[in-house]
Amino acid sequence: MVDIKGVFKTYNQKSVIDGVSLTIEKGTITSFIGPNGAGKSTLISMISRLITKDEGVITIDGEDITKAKNNELAKKISILKQSNAINLRLTIRELVSFGRFPYSQGKLKKDDWEKVDEAIDYMELREIQDKYLDELSGGQRQRAHIAMVIAQDTEYILLDEPLNNLDMRHSVQIMKTLRRLVDELDKTILIVIHDINFASCYSDQIVALKNGKIVKQGPTCDVIDECVLKDIYDMDIDIKKINDNRICVFYA
Amino acid sequence: MGYKKKTIILAVITVLLALLYICYDLKGNIGYILPRRIMKVVAIILTGSAIAFSTTVFMTITNNRILTPSILGLDSLYLLIQTFIIFMFGSQSLVMMSSNINYFVSIGIMVLFSLVLYRFLFKGEKNNIYFLLLIGMILGTFFGSFTDFMQVLIDPNEFMVARDRMFASVNNVNSDLVYLSLGLIVLAAIYFMRFYKYLDVLALGKHEAINLGVPYDYVVKRLLIIVAILISIATALIGPITFLGLLVVNVAYEFLKTYRHFYLIIGSVLISIIALLGGQFLVEEIFTFETTVSVIINFVGGVYFIYLLLKENKSW
Repeated sequence: MVDIKGVFKTYNQKSVIDGVSLTIEKGTITSFIGPNGAGKSTLISMISRLITKDEGVITIDGEDITKAKNNELAKKISILKQSNAINLRLTIRELVSFGRFPYSQGKLKKDDWEKVDEAIDYMELREIQDKYLDELSGGQRQRAHIAMVIAQDTEYILLDEPLNNLDMRHSVQIMKTLRRLVDELDKTILIVIHDINFASCYSDQIVALKNGKIVKQGPTCDVIDECVLKDIYDMDIDIKKINDNRICVFYA
Repeated sequence: MGYKKKTIILAVITVLLALLYICYDLKGNIGYILPRRIMKVVAIILTGSAIAFSTTVFMTITNNRILTPSILGLDSLYLLIQTFIIFMFGSQSLVMMSSNINYFVSIGIMVLFSLVLYRFLFKGEKNNIYFLLLIGMILGTFFGSFTDFMQVLIDPNEFMVARDRMFASVNNVNSDLVYLSLGLIVLAAIYFMRFYKYLDVLALGKHEAINLGVPYDYVVKRLLIIVAILISIATALIGPITFLGLLVVNVAYEFLKTYRHFYLIIGSVLISIIALLGGQFLVEEIFTFETTVSVIINFVGGVYFIYLLLKENKSW
């Protein structure tokens, strides 16, 4: 369980996160939605300790993240940021093997390599596992990074806009994989996402942020609602039910 | 050919070059020449290793392959110290004459400067590494201008002494200092061993490193201190030569084509020793001491730097 209590973050007197409190249950996908600059990425970065918070407490399974040991925390929670500009000459397999660092400290044992193999197979990267990262397409690179996160084998997985620059097929593929991770491996996933239709189709819970505050949080069907969405995005959004999914129509 | 094999080849070349340097044209008073040559080789190995090692670590911390520790302003500070001593006390003064005292004063001030610089910058929350580099660069330029200013004012004969200090040279290293530097470098290396395992992960970038459980601020601060100490030792021993680092680390990356720091560090150390030994050999046998090794290194390094800029658009 991730428990966020009264968290604030200010940059140069501009408040980015303004008193957010939130509880996330295990074994769910929680999507963070909201307009640009709402503080979604900041919040998710604070949960994963990439940036520090000014005030408040964040606990993961009852343990305060500022007090937890770095290495132990890395076995519990992992994050994938929007920009993965790694300028090293790495193959997919080498990148994925970095996911085992919290366990192996760089000296991978047999069971570490087994986890690496599992992660590669899970993301269907076996055939291209010896290709270098700079030879890959955007979708393949994103899958390689997700494989690394899977190899890290953490209960909580945080993703910051994992669908950026991906086409529909790869986006669906990645969202399906995330759903499988939750359903089959009982992971807990927190995801920042811009496409509200993906949020609507795949998440259990949605948290809507605006100007650093939570506007609405709750089960997907409560948040994907015309009134709520108008409040968040300041635009009229039509919601249609297609094959049991709530689809937002806002393109025209 | 794999990077392991290439590393072994580099090691073999290094040993052969060292033997060539020591044994070439060995005649006359062997009892006098031999120990002097061996001492020079040891000095070259020490400074070469210190520079190559600290540059590799520095590039990994900054995730940038064209930044060297010289951007911290330590070279300029060294020249400022030397010029200042000559300016205040004259070239005949005790500190200038006794290389031991000069060595300690230089190392002391350089390490102190780095610690103060780091302390200021890591105090607050916003410990941005590029801010550190910017401050280092500004201070380096300031030290350089101040050095120039004093050099304009001093006596031309004194200026010649100051000018000599601007180029690294192993021609008259003091053997006591070589032993002392060896000890200091070994201590720094032992301290570094605790952080060695983090280097590969640090190369992935700050966010990935934190994600994988590296205590980022703690490790980076200590690595930067090690870098400053090693650069100070190398500079105080033979003079400012940090440009060498840019050259050898990039050659190591290009040659070994791996991300593993174990091989990158060994490779760049060996390449650095090869460059210095080769340069020194040229200085002694071809230029007959008309120039210093740092002039040759800077020339080759400059050409290589232009090449790096030209091929920058290619991914490396």
